Amino acid sequence: MPTKIEKDTLSGQDTTGHEWDGLKELNTPLPKWWLWTFYATIVWGLVFVIIYPSVPGWRGTSGWIAREAIVEEVRAAQERNAPMMARLREATPAQILENDEMRAFALAGGRVAFANNCAACHGAGGQGATGGYPSLADDDWIWGGSLEEIQHTIRHGIRANESDDQRQSQMPRFGADNLLTAAQINDVAEHVLSLTNRATDQAAAGRGAALYAEQCASCHGERGEGNREFGAPRLNDQIWLYGASKPEVVAMIRNPRAGVMPSWQGRLDAATINMLTVYVQSLGRTN
Amino acid sequence: MGTVEAPHRAKGDRPADAPVSAAPQSLYAARQKVYPKRVFGLVRSVKWAVLGLCLALYYVVPWLRWDRGAGMPDQAVLVDITNARLFFFWIEIWPQEIYFLTGALILGAFALFAVSSLFGRLWCGFTCPQTVWTDLFMWVERWIQGDRNARMKLDQGPKNANYWTRKGLTHAVWLLIAAATGGAWVMYFNDAPTVTMEILTGAATLNIYFFFALFAGFTYLLAGWAREQVCTYMCPWPRFQAAMLDENSLVVTYRDWRGEPRGKAKAENVGDCVDCYACVHVCPTGIDIRDGQQLECIGCGLCIDACDSVMGKLGRPKGLIAFETLKNLAASEAAVASMAPGAERQACGMKARHMPRFVRPRTVMYAAALVVVSLAMLLAFLLRSTLDVTVLRDRAPLFVRLSDGGIRNGYTVKIVNKRREDAPLVLSLQAPEGFRLSVQDADHDAQGRPLLSRRADGISQYRVLITVPPGARLAESTSVTFRLLEPDGRVAASQSSTFVGPRP
Repeated sequence: MPTKIEKDTLSGQDTTGHEWDGLKELNTPLPKWWLWTFYATIVWGLVFVIIYPSVPGWRGTSGWIAREAIVEEVRAAQERNAPMMARLREATPAQILENDEMRAFALAGGRVAFANNCAACHGAGGQGATGGYPSLADDDWIWGGSLEEIQHTIRHGIRANESDDQRQSQMPRFGADNLLTAAQINDVAEHVLSLTNRATDQAAAGRGAALYAEQCASCHGERGEGNREFGAPRLNDQIWLYGASKPEVVAMIRNPRAGVMPSWQGRLDAATINMLTVYVQSLGRTN
Repeated sequence: MGTVEAPHRAKGDRPADAPVSAAPQSLYAARQKVYPKRVFGLVRSVKWAVLGLCLALYYVVPWLRWDRGAGMPDQAVLVDITNARLFFFWIEIWPQEIYFLTGALILGAFALFAVSSLFGRLWCGFTCPQTVWTDLFMWVERWIQGDRNARMKLDQGPKNANYWTRKGLTHAVWLLIAAATGGAWVMYFNDAPTVTMEILTGAATLNIYFFFALFAGFTYLLAGWAREQVCTYMCPWPRFQAAMLDENSLVVTYRDWRGEPRGKAKAENVGDCVDCYACVHVCPTGIDIRDGQQLECIGCGLCIDACDSVMGKLGRPKGLIAFETLKNLAASEAAVASMAPGAERQACGMKARHMPRFVRPRTVMYAAALVVVSLAMLLAFLLRSTLDVTVLRDRAPLFVRLSDGGIRNGYTVKIVNKRREDAPLVLSLQAPEGFRLSVQDADHDAQGRPLLSRRADGISQYRVLITVPPGARLAESTSVTFRLLEPDGRVAASQSSTFVGPRP
């Protein structure tokens, strides 16, 4: 609390009236130019409040909205890219790969589209995850790894019932539907493991061979080479979508799981699907 | 113009115990306008020459052409912001080499320190843009409004047609010069002929007009209006020049041992200074050099010319005000301490002087720093790579297991080519046996090695995969080196990276 405003004898200025243990403070006025600049900023601030959407509910007199500015920027960017997107829409993925300019654009654009739409399941670099999310960076393709096959998969999806041309197949529930007994399933599992020389019980694997030929080979192939037409994965390689251990193999025979992927046709435009096709193949392309 | 003392010095004169007036004392001192008088002499001639040289450099350099081949700018000195290149005659700097600019600035700083410790504020007095443009503006002012007395009379006289004509004309010429200055600045960042036409026809971008107006406006403001206040109040250099100067530096000095006591030319027993104020009237910062060293003094030496011409007329030796070291000043002062004014005192004082010590620890150190930085820059420039390769290893996935059990890593290889040479380069891999290299979208030479194209003066990018077949002994991390080979087999650039596999 200001107590006593007095005149300082040395400088002739008033004090502020504050006193701390005998120390008093001169009341030195702010420089005029500073003060006026300060007032001007207040006025300027009020002008801003009126012009721009400053408080909830007030849209400002200028009509400028940050969100609309972004929308406008996005629209401008899309307009800039429109000629290239038109070319990408018309071209096949193979034609895109042939053309340096289109390829560079598609790889960059595909990376972004992949991060936005695909990375949630397939991982940021397409590495996938055990449990039904296939890696896209390796050399194993459940439904085929050619440009046309990748494009078809992206367009129509897998088992999502969103497109008539979707990838569709179903593995029988050998255990859950009592098609095989637990012992038989054990034998088949041992046989499957023997395809990669990992059988723990050679006798069981031998017994399972006949069952495998009867129940499994029509889709997975006689030597476990798989069949991309039915999306039946290879069983004689090092890549295991649902795990490589015996309990995991047994679980898949007893009550199989199957991955679902949405159809992107209609969700993404044709140019984006083409970019994704080229990008996804580039993750592991060695030619 | 009764008093010529700088306003701020008048403040401190009150003794501490003087009675305080009741009226609050203002801490603000209004500027006293300076009316520098025309002066002739050696220093002035040198100053004109330096001014001409500096202005010519500034205005002419953007117009110099330098052929760099088709598709490249043909301007000798150009900061190309859009394409992120800095062109300086045969040198082309990329953004990542901006340290050359840093080096040049460090060289400039050390050169400034060295020159200051040897010769005082040569930079301030002769070459600083503030000095050069102020000098030019003052010349215009004098040309239109007349010399010191005429200008003072004009300012104090009636505001009639003559006043407004002369003032208006002065400011018009100033604005023209300022516009040329702002225009020349923009030319360093744009093709000079093109941007000149664009500015004149109104076709330039807002960006260009902004910087044009910014530099034109500040030239007009700083050289026309602010003048010595820039040096005294805005520039940090005068504030720490005390640390740069010492008693061995040549500074503009009044030889008070010779000049004092001041008196009329014909008076008896007085020094050489006739108190004519010629030195004060020509000073562009409005100070009196006879008060000793002061931060307002920019060391331009015009007072030397003014005093010399007066001494010449009086038939007295020149050099009452001169470039002199404080050490010599003290030596002269000590030598003549008990002598009466006169020719004998003058001779004795001058004899006590010594050659200034130019070689001193500080100047040696500045010189050493200059040599070291110059050599470092030269070395960096000679060893500067014109072709770089960078290798970015995929972070996700760290590695890919293939169906046969092999392991694969993905890399992005970027080739930074600073030249216009565009022959393809062979990419070769230095790695343990069995590491297989494959490059997407690359051609191959007769031996099946991948050929990577390099873009002339640009960056090209490739996706590269390394595959290790199953069964190979593979550590968790293996060092691999990517090498780019010229067609003749010479290694153009190389970059090491790692190959990551599963934990063994």
